[in-house]
Amino acid sequence: MKSLILPSLRLLIVTQLICVAAYPGIILTFAKVTTPDTASASILTDAKGNPIGSRLVAQDFTRPEYFWPRPSAVDYNGSGAGGSNKSPTSPRLTERAGEIIARHGATAERLLPPDLAAASGSGLDPFISEAAARFQLFRVAGARSVDAEKIEPLIAGASIMPGGFLTGTRIVNVLELNLALDAMK
Amino acid sequence: MNAILLILLVVGGSAILSWPLGRHLRWAMDPVTPGTKRGALERLFVLFAGRISQQPQTWKDYAIAMLTFNALMFVFVFTLMAVQQHLPLNPDDKGALTLDLIFNTAASFTSNTNLQHYSGEVSMSYLTQVAGLMWLQFVSAATGIAVLTALARGLAGRAEMGNFFLDLQRATFLVLLPLAALVATGLVIGGVPMTLDGAAQVTTLEGISQTIARGPVAAFLSIKQLGTNGGGFFGPNSAHPLENPGFWTNVLSSISILLVPMACVWMFGRIIGRMKHAGVVFVVMLVFLFVKIGVAVVFESEPTHAFANLPIEQNSGNLEGKELRFGAAAGPLWAVLTTSTSNGSVNAMHDSLNPVTGLLPMIGMWLNATFGGVGVGMINMFIYIILAVFIAGMMVGRTPEYLGRKIEAREVKLAAVCLLAHAFFILAPTALFAVTPWGLDALNNDGPHGLSEILYEFSSASANNGSGFEGLGDNTVPWNLFTGVIMLLARYLPIVLPLAIAGSLAVKRPSAESSGTLGTEDGTFGFMLAACIVFIGALTFFPAAALGPIAEHFLTSL
Repeated sequence: MKSLILPSLRLLIVTQLICVAAYPGIILTFAKVTTPDTASASILTDAKGNPIGSRLVAQDFTRPEYFWPRPSAVDYNGSGAGGSNKSPTSPRLTERAGEIIARHGATAERLLPPDLAAASGSGLDPFISEAAARFQLFRVAGARSVDAEKIEPLIAGASIMPGGFLTGTRIVNVLELNLALDAMK
Repeated sequence: MNAILLILLVVGGSAILSWPLGRHLRWAMDPVTPGTKRGALERLFVLFAGRISQQPQTWKDYAIAMLTFNALMFVFVFTLMAVQQHLPLNPDDKGALTLDLIFNTAASFTSNTNLQHYSGEVSMSYLTQVAGLMWLQFVSAATGIAVLTALARGLAGRAEMGNFFLDLQRATFLVLLPLAALVATGLVIGGVPMTLDGAAQVTTLEGISQTIARGPVAAFLSIKQLGTNGGGFFGPNSAHPLENPGFWTNVLSSISILLVPMACVWMFGRIIGRMKHAGVVFVVMLVFLFVKIGVAVVFESEPTHAFANLPIEQNSGNLEGKELRFGAAAGPLWAVLTTSTSNGSVNAMHDSLNPVTGLLPMIGMWLNATFGGVGVGMINMFIYIILAVFIAGMMVGRTPEYLGRKIEAREVKLAAVCLLAHAFFILAPTALFAVTPWGLDALNNDGPHGLSEILYEFSSASANNGSGFEGLGDNTVPWNLFTGVIMLLARYLPIVLPLAIAGSLAVKRPSAESSGTLGTEDGTFGFMLAACIVFIGALTFFPAAALGPIAEHFLTSL
């Protein structure tokens, strides 16, 4: 047994040097050179250079003149992400959906797109479905006193199919859409 | 339709890539004739580990060397976590961790489980993440590949099973490291962060301040997937947009989950010199995988029961706990892949899956052999093979043989102990926690789903999986101690006992194959093997499944 400890220690040292010092070092350098922007979490800045958020991380929008993201079980906490972890039989999920329906003003005639009622796994999903953006179009246009037809092209322009023909739904990045809205003024 | 294409891309792509990787694994792990280049690498490995790595080991020596190194892994990372608040590379000033959490986490990553009772971006310094947890993701996965190599050598009739110190370096440096570098490069290009800067402070458009945690994610993430580790850099694992930013990083991650476990089957076949047998085993595993994926995707395309009768469109599947950018089928597909292998990373919250979909990850962990963990998945399958050969032999009244060697009482006893231990580690503590405040106070959901949360957690610990019904408030002393001990026992028992079986088979005199020998290379054997897996698994776990997810399913259809 004793004779095995020294070779084990030698393995520890050599694997630490190669897997922990060298390997991440190489990946860090590669990232810094090729993708400096996404490597530091895709942070966006305003005209003055102040950071306003990450393209990949949802932030809270509650004002009527902005498009709202999907619900977040962690209140859009970028340093403590998580989902609701509620099961489909949980009455809490139904209650929460009721509050969201009221906030969005959905009715039996104007059904809420399901992604706006369901919290994402991370609580930070930066996307909503294109249908969810269109659902909010009239509220946003009304709050901004702008014709809905003027905002509509922004949605169409921001809408993507993330996997091409491998995905069924078109989705829209909420922060980018809201930035485009603000730029319109 | 796009769901089927995505499944074929991920599973088919992995299956195709696993063939050349299997060749590479054979070249790396069990070189036949040390050529010039390969010989130079061997000399380097001997230089690293010392002269002991030149001595061939019996199964006992091999197992003891493996246990010694793994004990050192545990001690090193335990110590590192215990003093993380005093060490560098901690830009966000992560504080001290409780001892029970440190024990659980060290056990979890040493045993290749990666059950996480903490949230990475909340609790761990960058040094802990990289030098502690990521390092264990390399060497615990390498341990799995090493022991499978040793097992295969034994079954090939070699009483000396190689040398652990050599095998561990071969698996780390020639298999995992090149793959990890390749995948990490792809992930960086796909937008995954890789930085040592601390969290970003931003002020949102509505003027709220938001802290965005980040870190050296890409390097961590690639070995997390390739080594069937599964422990996320961030709490929500690969559901987090910075751990899995888009559709293509999700595809790359999915393939990385399956690739090495698949290739291990081919490596096993090459070392024992029976590729047809490996082919039959591969197909049996693949059939189980496809059946589970099919059921999961179908049931998850149902809208969630929680939104029934509300003014919400019922035109898409259950979106609670899912991310939109991966596409609709990606959540249930991943849930099956990550639990069929013993990976345990998630891209959707399993706690919120529809009830029957939530049952499938549990089935994956109960069987734990339909590809399974790197190296150890094939070892688990070896246990089922021993039993299938034994039962088939009894049915036709012949002496059961595997690879020309007689399967006798000793081998069957050891195999049965492995299977019974897995069931015991899951069902006994589930029963205990289901009736005590240890379990009941931790629940996030009521009714049958509460039982499912407990059952899932112990299934995950015993299968060395690491995923969870994460609503469970499991960072408590009883949870940390029980799951910690179970992860260690459930890791090393099913490695040491199969090595003992192989050791006992290796020294038996091989009998010549005749027309009376039960073949292990045809469809009949494949069917027999599949039937054994189903019957043993179903008989053991059906009652628990009926009380948890199945009962919940009927609640939703009331």
